[in-house]
Amino acid sequence: MIRSLRRCCFSLAVVAAMTLPAAAATQLTGAGSSFDYPFFSKAFYIYNQKNPDITVNYQSIGSGGGIAQFTARNVDFGATDVPMNAGELARAPGPVLQIPVTLGGAAIAYNLPGVSAPIRLTRAVLADIYLGTILKWNDPQIAKLNKSVNLPDMAIIVVHRSDGSGTSYIFTDFLSHVSAEWKSKVGTGKSVSWPAPSSVGAKGTEGVAGQVKSTPGAIGYVEMAYVVENHMQAATLENKAGKWIDCTPETVAAAAASKPEVSATNFSIVDSSAAGGYPISGYSWVVVYKKPEARAKELYNVLSWLVGSQGQENAKSVDYVPLPRNVQGAAAATLRQMQR
Amino acid sequence: MTVGPQFRRVARFVSPADRGFAAVVYGGSILFALLIVGLFVELVLGSWPSIVAFGPSFIWKSSWDPITSKFGALPMIFGTVMTSLIAIVLAAFIGIMAAVFLADFAPRWLGQPLSFLIELLAAVPSVVYGLWGLFVLAPFMRTTIGPALQHVLGWMPLFSGPIYGVGLLTGGIILALMIVPTVTAISRDVLVAIPRDLREASMALGSTKWETAIRVVLPAARVGVFGACVLALGRALGETIAVTMVIGNRPEISASLFAPSYTLASVIANEFTEATTSIYTSALIELGLILFLVSMAVNALARFMIWSVRGSERV
Repeated sequence: MIRSLRRCCFSLAVVAAMTLPAAAATQLTGAGSSFDYPFFSKAFYIYNQKNPDITVNYQSIGSGGGIAQFTARNVDFGATDVPMNAGELARAPGPVLQIPVTLGGAAIAYNLPGVSAPIRLTRAVLADIYLGTILKWNDPQIAKLNKSVNLPDMAIIVVHRSDGSGTSYIFTDFLSHVSAEWKSKVGTGKSVSWPAPSSVGAKGTEGVAGQVKSTPGAIGYVEMAYVVENHMQAATLENKAGKWIDCTPETVAAAAASKPEVSATNFSIVDSSAAGGYPISGYSWVVVYKKPEARAKELYNVLSWLVGSQGQENAKSVDYVPLPRNVQGAAAATLRQMQR
Repeated sequence: MTVGPQFRRVARFVSPADRGFAAVVYGGSILFALLIVGLFVELVLGSWPSIVAFGPSFIWKSSWDPITSKFGALPMIFGTVMTSLIAIVLAAFIGIMAAVFLADFAPRWLGQPLSFLIELLAAVPSVVYGLWGLFVLAPFMRTTIGPALQHVLGWMPLFSGPIYGVGLLTGGIILALMIVPTVTAISRDVLVAIPRDLREASMALGSTKWETAIRVVLPAARVGVFGACVLALGRALGETIAVTMVIGNRPEISASLFAPSYTLASVIANEFTEATTSIYTSALIELGLILFLVSMAVNALARFMIWSVRGSERV
C-alpha cells in the first residue's frame, strides 16, 4: 500500500516536471466566428512553428458567442463577421480596437439541369429572385440576360442559410444596397425573415451547397472558398460599373482595395463601384482591448503578424482572400494603438 | 414514489451500510428533481425579458423576424408537434410489428442478430441521419415518394403543393427512423416477458400463432408497449440536428406535408450562436421553455393514458 503510494507520488512528480517547461510558453485564447476558423487554424499553426513559445487556442463558437466571451474577458481576443456595434461596445469593460483580418465573398450557386454555360444575373434580378417577384427560370428578365442559354420552364427555389451567419449578413447587406424594397421590407442581418414564397433554409455552408446540388431549379449563396474548393458553378454578376464579374479571390480583393479607409463604423464594401470588383463581399474582424489585462505584448505580436503580408499569405492557401496592401496598412495602424 | 410498508418496518433496525445506501438512493432521486426544477427556473429567468415584451401572444403569433424583433412561436410549435406525430405514427406501427416478429416468430438464429442490428441503429449519431436525409432521402422524396403520394392523394390539401424534397414529411420520416429502435427494443423485451402460460392457453383454445400474438400477447403487454412509444416520442420532440437538416427551416404553417417547416429545437440550434441582441436571445430561450412545456404536456398525457388503461383492467 505504502509502496504503491510512493510510486504514485513519484510518477506525479515526473509528470509535473515534464509539464512545467511547457507551462512557461504563453497560450493566447480567442473565440468567435466560424467563418475565420479554417484561416486561423492554418495561420496560428504556422505562427507556432516559427515561435514555439506561443500557442493560440481559437474556438469557433460563432460571432455572437465570441463577442460575449470577449466582453466577459474570458478570452484574449474575439473574432466576428460583423464589427461590434455601439451597444455592444458600451457593454464591453474597456475601449475596444476592431481590426479587419480577412475577406470573404458570397458566390451565387445554382442548379439548372442541361445548362452548362454560366448564367448571368444583374443585381436587380438577383434581388427580385430573393424577394419572390421573379418565380421562374424562363422569366423574360432572366432570359434577356442569357440569350444563348435555353432556360427551362422551372420554378426557382430560393435557398438561404438557416443558421445565423456572416455570409447571410454580407448577402442581405448587398440586397439592401441594390433594392430599396428589400431594404424596407427585409433589411440587413445574420438572420432575416426571407420573403420569397419558395424559400428553403439550410444549415451551414455545406447545407446550402448540398440543397442546391440536390434540387433542380435551386439558387443559393455560398461562401467563395467552398465554391472554389468544390468546383461548383456560380453565376456571373453585373457590378455597379456595368461589368460582368465572377466571384474569385481577385475580384473580391478588388472590391476591398477600392475602399482603403475601412473602419469598424464604415465597413461595408458590398456593391463596390470598382470596375473589377465583385459586388457581394465583406470583411471579418478581430476585436481586442486597447489595454489588455495580460499577455499584451504576445497578443500584439501575433495579430500584427496575422494582418501583415506573412500572415495574410496563409489566407490564400485555404482559399480565403488576403487583405489588400492598403488595408493591411490601415489594420496595422489601428493595432499600434494597443498598449503593450 | 412511496416506500412500501415492508421496507418501513425494517428501516428501524438498519446497519450503517444500509443507511448509507438509503442516503445514496434518496440523494440521487432528489438530485434529479432539483435538476428539473433548476432547469425550469433557469429557462423562465432567461426568457423573462421576452415574456414581458411579447406576453402570451408569443405563443400564437407567427412572425419570426430578428431584424425588427418581432417574434412568435406558433409555426415552430406546429412544426415540432407535426413532425413528432408523423414520426410516432410511422414508428409505432413498424416498431411494434417488428417487436412482435422478434418476440414470437423469428427463429433464434435470425432473432438474435436482428435485435442486435436494430439496437445498433439507436447508436448512429443524429448528424449521420441528417446527412443521409439531406443527400439520399430528400432527393428520393422529391423524385419518387412525393409524386407518388400526390398522384394518389393529391386531392387532399395534406398532399398538395410543390414538392421540395425537404419539409414536414421528410422531417417526420427521419425522426421515425431514429425512434424505431427505441420502440422495437423495449416492446420486444416487454413481449418476451409475457408468461408462456398465456400463449399456451391461447393455443390450447385453438388460436393460430398470429391470433395469439396479436389478440392475446400484445394486449397483455400494452402498457409496456405504450411506455416504449412515449419514450420514443420524447426523443422525437427534442431531436435537433437531423431534423434541422431536412425540414427546410421556414417559419410558416402550411397545410401541405411537403412544405418546408421549422421546429422549436431547430430554431435554437440555428440562431442561438449568432443572436446578439438580448431580446433575441431571450426569445430563443423562451422557445426552449415552450419545448420543455410541450414535452411535459405530452408526457403527462401519456401517463394519464397509461393510468386509464391500467385502471380499466385493474392490474
